[in-house]
Amino acid sequence: MKFPIYLDNNSTTPIDLRVVEAMMPYLTEKFGNAASRSHAYGWEGEEGVEQARAQVAALIGANPKEIVFTSGATESINIAIKGAYEMYGEKGNHVITCVTEHKATLDSAKYIEKHGAQVTYLPVDSLGQIDLEALKKAITPQTILISLMHANNEMGTIHPIGEIGKIAKEKGILFHVDAAQTAGKLPIDVNQMSIDILSISGHKLYGPKGIGALYVRRSNPRVRLAPVVHGGGHERGLRSGTLNVPAIVGLGKAAELAKAEMASETQRLLALRERLYRGITQELDEVYLNGHPTERLPNNLNLSFAYVEGEALMMGFKELAVSSGSACTSASLEPSYVLKAMGVGEDLAHTSIRFGLGRFTTEEEVDFAVKKVVGTVKRLREMSPLYEMAKEGIDLKSVQWNPH
Amino acid sequence: MAYGPKVIDHFNNPRNVGSLDKNDPAVGTGVVGAPECGDVMKLQLKINDANVVEDAKFKTFGCGSAIASSSLATEWVKGKTVDEVLKIKNTDIVNELALPPVKIHCSVLAEDAIRAAIADYKKKQTSNTGADGQS
Repeated sequence: MKFPIYLDNNSTTPIDLRVVEAMMPYLTEKFGNAASRSHAYGWEGEEGVEQARAQVAALIGANPKEIVFTSGATESINIAIKGAYEMYGEKGNHVITCVTEHKATLDSAKYIEKHGAQVTYLPVDSLGQIDLEALKKAITPQTILISLMHANNEMGTIHPIGEIGKIAKEKGILFHVDAAQTAGKLPIDVNQMSIDILSISGHKLYGPKGIGALYVRRSNPRVRLAPVVHGGGHERGLRSGTLNVPAIVGLGKAAELAKAEMASETQRLLALRERLYRGITQELDEVYLNGHPTERLPNNLNLSFAYVEGEALMMGFKELAVSSGSACTSASLEPSYVLKAMGVGEDLAHTSIRFGLGRFTTEEEVDFAVKKVVGTVKRLREMSPLYEMAKEGIDLKSVQWNPH
Repeated sequence: MAYGPKVIDHFNNPRNVGSLDKNDPAVGTGVVGAPECGDVMKLQLKINDANVVEDAKFKTFGCGSAIASSSLATEWVKGKTVDEVLKIKNTDIVNELALPPVKIHCSVLAEDAIRAAIADYKKKQTSNTGADGQS
């Protein structure tokens, strides 16, 4: 085993060596600018890009012409939201999204609000899902866009994208899906799910960092977006800038591999996650699952360990590379807004740990993680005044605390 | 969070973890912080007739530096008189543990816990002279 054991695959994934292999020629002898039409170097580059475009399109049931390469999901989301608002703002100024979205979405939404948009931020229930009736009620004649993530990066809950797509389509509203966590992990078909715009990240599916893709529907309806980056008119004018050919080739290969291995990999991850969850909960009481028990990313397990703080936990199991929703681990000193939106109390948000399993996680690593987590939680609970009080039967909610 | 070796040592080998009898009139208990804020410290001091801290125990819910700050506090207060204990400043803890700026509040919490424990002890002493069925 290599330490620390990497269990933070919702944050990023290691690049697959098969992806590196596909990229290598484009980092060395095939260095041409894909926009150079006048010589073989350019043609080679273009060939690599077009193959990748087809590979990414195949992953989501799209036409290659509907794929635009960007620098990552954050940029894709920015283009989707700002670009749609700029293009369709005259038709209507209302956009619907959700409180647990990634900051790329929330901050883009705030940006268009400053430019006259009205944005509805749908709340979520305790499992992290939106109420579809509330979504329908939020729709007005002014609504031009619904932007939602397929699955949440922190607590893994999956939104029923197909059902939401149907609602959007019936009302003639554009539907953007942030698929950063799900592209290559869960089946996506842009036609079956009535998705109009979709954002993909390279490094979340074992591809390189700094590359992403944006799917933009070309027919029924033909979606038009205003660019965010202006320049040489690359990518049909939607994303100017010389194409990052090696990374694009890597993303294409990563998409191809993910598509081919998705079914078996999902089963493997579900079994590993179950092993991790059972291993921990068989040994420890008062461990709470954050997010939906079944409608969740196969590789994500987000747990709150009552009475022990997240950063201390991570110090305790330093052999595990995980992340926490605790304030102490963030620069903002605020606990996770996602957990807060689900009604997870701040006390429990401080105790949350996100385990993100991946393609290279082994059973041996999971068993080791169980042992470390159980040992650390037990040790820290022994020194937790909250645990002591709870065991004495004191209701912690009724205690008069002296907050700082 | 990258911590210095002293924080890590106190975190891995915390001194004086545990509880004293909070009903003992010689024991002062200080509980500061709140679960919503991510840290709660309980510090208990057993003080003898000569006003010297004979024993100290802590339990802390919080990050590594909160645990280290309280562990260090218990080490420092032992054998000191109440007056000496009250002279311990949070900045002393910051310096000793080399706490990063974002963790200074942990040292403040430790100082507050010491003060709260002493205050509790003093309150007990005053109320004990006569009331409480102790005499």
